Amino acid sequence: MTKMTRRTFGLLSGAATFSLALPTYLRAQDRPKVVVIGGGAGGATAARYIAKDSEGAVDVTLIEANPQYTTCFFSNLYLGGFRSFQSITHSYDVLASNFGISVVTGMADAIDREAREVVMADGSRVPYDRLVVSPGIDLIWDSVPGYSEEAAEIMPHSWKAGPQTRLLKEKLDAIENGQQIVMVAPPNPYRCPPGPYERVSMFAHILSSKGYTDAKIVVLDPKSKFSKQALFQEGWEKHYPGMVEWYGPDVHGGIKGVDPSTGSVETDFDTFKGDLVNVIPAQKAGEIAQKAGLANDTGFCPIDPESMRSTMDENIFVLGDACIAGDMPKSAFSANSQAKVAAMNVRGDLTESKVFPARYANTCWSLIATDDGVKVGAQYAPTEEKIASTTSFISQTGEDSALRKATYEESLGWYAGITSDIFGRQG
Amino acid sequence: MRQAGRALTLAAGIAAMALTAGAAAAAGNLAARNPAASDLAPSDPITSDPVTGDPAAGEKVFKECRSCHQVGAGARNGIGPHLDKLFGRQAGSLEGFAYSLSLRRKGSQGLVWNEETLDIYLSKPQAYVPGTRMSFRGMPDEQARHDLIAYLREASAEAPAEDPTAPPSPRDEIGAIAMSIEGDPDFGEYLSNECVTCHQPSGRADGIPSIVGWPKVDFVRALFEYKTNVRSHEVMRMVTRNLGNDEIAALAAYFGSLSPQ
Repeated sequence: MTKMTRRTFGLLSGAATFSLALPTYLRAQDRPKVVVIGGGAGGATAARYIAKDSEGAVDVTLIEANPQYTTCFFSNLYLGGFRSFQSITHSYDVLASNFGISVVTGMADAIDREAREVVMADGSRVPYDRLVVSPGIDLIWDSVPGYSEEAAEIMPHSWKAGPQTRLLKEKLDAIENGQQIVMVAPPNPYRCPPGPYERVSMFAHILSSKGYTDAKIVVLDPKSKFSKQALFQEGWEKHYPGMVEWYGPDVHGGIKGVDPSTGSVETDFDTFKGDLVNVIPAQKAGEIAQKAGLANDTGFCPIDPESMRSTMDENIFVLGDACIAGDMPKSAFSANSQAKVAAMNVRGDLTESKVFPARYANTCWSLIATDDGVKVGAQYAPTEEKIASTTSFISQTGEDSALRKATYEESLGWYAGITSDIFGRQG
Repeated sequence: MRQAGRALTLAAGIAAMALTAGAAAAAGNLAARNPAASDLAPSDPITSDPVTGDPAAGEKVFKECRSCHQVGAGARNGIGPHLDKLFGRQAGSLEGFAYSLSLRRKGSQGLVWNEETLDIYLSKPQAYVPGTRMSFRGMPDEQARHDLIAYLREASAEAPAEDPTAPPSPRDEIGAIAMSIEGDPDFGEYLSNECVTCHQPSGRADGIPSIVGWPKVDFVRALFEYKTNVRSHEVMRMVTRNLGNDEIAALAAYFGSLSPQ
């Protein structure tokens, strides 16, 4: 693989400028244009793979609202003090310099599907031949009555990494012995199924490492069961005995709403007061996908399981948390895996490169306590109606500490691997 | 113990493997020669209380290393470089072995393998040479390190194979069909999309083993050992379940063609 350097890219764009002076009929060699909306695990991977594998034959533009990207995955480890904020924040510089991707920092406001143009918030338009939409999730604020964007400054959700993550960390670090944390967990489907429970583990780790034996964490869950439940509950009892109380709907009877002014969560059963309340509301595909009519009544975007192509528009591919990926969970690993299938199909459309049958995979690691890592994973294949799981595994309860430590260390390796796969190898 | 061993190999990416033919022969020769240990006892400049290595104990410790490293008469390069004439060797200097850039750099800056440098390196390879391809988390047990170094001192006195870079001939074993197939590196590159989410194509091993530049025999055998659960690792077992002979040969060809950076 020849990497496109800044210099060769400059030469190419120089050639493009030159071609503008030529008669229209000579401009047929203009490169096909791919625009990617969203620079996360799905979008940045897709952009990089299309640019890398087409070796400059495709013009790739990546539109992302933030100049740097803080990963949601591993943000719990920042809360638990296992990672610095800097270590989970990545730049787009390598995608621009080594892969010739035009990185546009800005907000895509709408998609003009007829004209095949992305309309930016500033009114400018970015034309495309193929569009990859990977906007992640938006929060459904009113799924928890009383909750709102403003309320999130008091009761952080921190389900999109960035300032919200720092806010939650500040509030977590300010908790004192005898105080209580309340988490309102999200209903299915949501980003990162084990995420809320890994976060509870990190809360407990911080409190117990300070010796706060009288601090409590209450989880109010709209679901009657959750991802890796046996593993988390075993771990909580082992590492943080008596600290975590998890209540499903058969106990609390339903979450009625939150009151940010009093820091309370009302349920059918009782009102819970938290010195820190972490509300993770219900979720839907990012706003732009809704506006463009790419989502259905589930709030997420249906796709063709063979290719990740939107069933609403053949020029558009939808990836990651925003799409309906059948049995695949909403995770960075899934998005990265889907992005490679989409990238291959985009290139197939535009450069007639070979398209192989789709292969998908996912593994999610979670940290319960220091050196106590667990994982769950599966492989997937497209069927007529969905992306279906073909084989899967999960860590077992009662595993010894050496295996758990190795699993945690493996997750560090995975983070290093996937972030360089998404953003290009830094340094 | 079984569990602990398994955990270690998970990080190292090397589950207990059958001895390669060369290493088996080397081990036999060693037992016969058994040179005087007193000449070879390593000095310990790191602690004030010197620990003396026991080569016999070190030979057992070396079991963790030998799925990648050969040492003794006729040793050849495998996943890792052969270890003959190791003491006094400049790091990253064997011709025909694809070292990481970081190790080659360290070598050109003057890192030479001896008791002291090996002791530091083996305690935590990634800390001493960040970016090394050696997928080994380290050996915190000082005694074990000293035993291992004492063993290497003896065993590495031998001469390597005439051509240490020659690939070992495939044996009749699991994966024989895949080994006989000429893998298509382009198909392998496509399939590698699934691998590189964790295994970095640059060859860096940050907690997940480096798999670039491996001899085909080792690569194919490793995948079949995951497939048949000789090596226990859930993710790799799952990944390999969907890989047939053509796929495995293609992946071996592709990753074998990459050079570490």
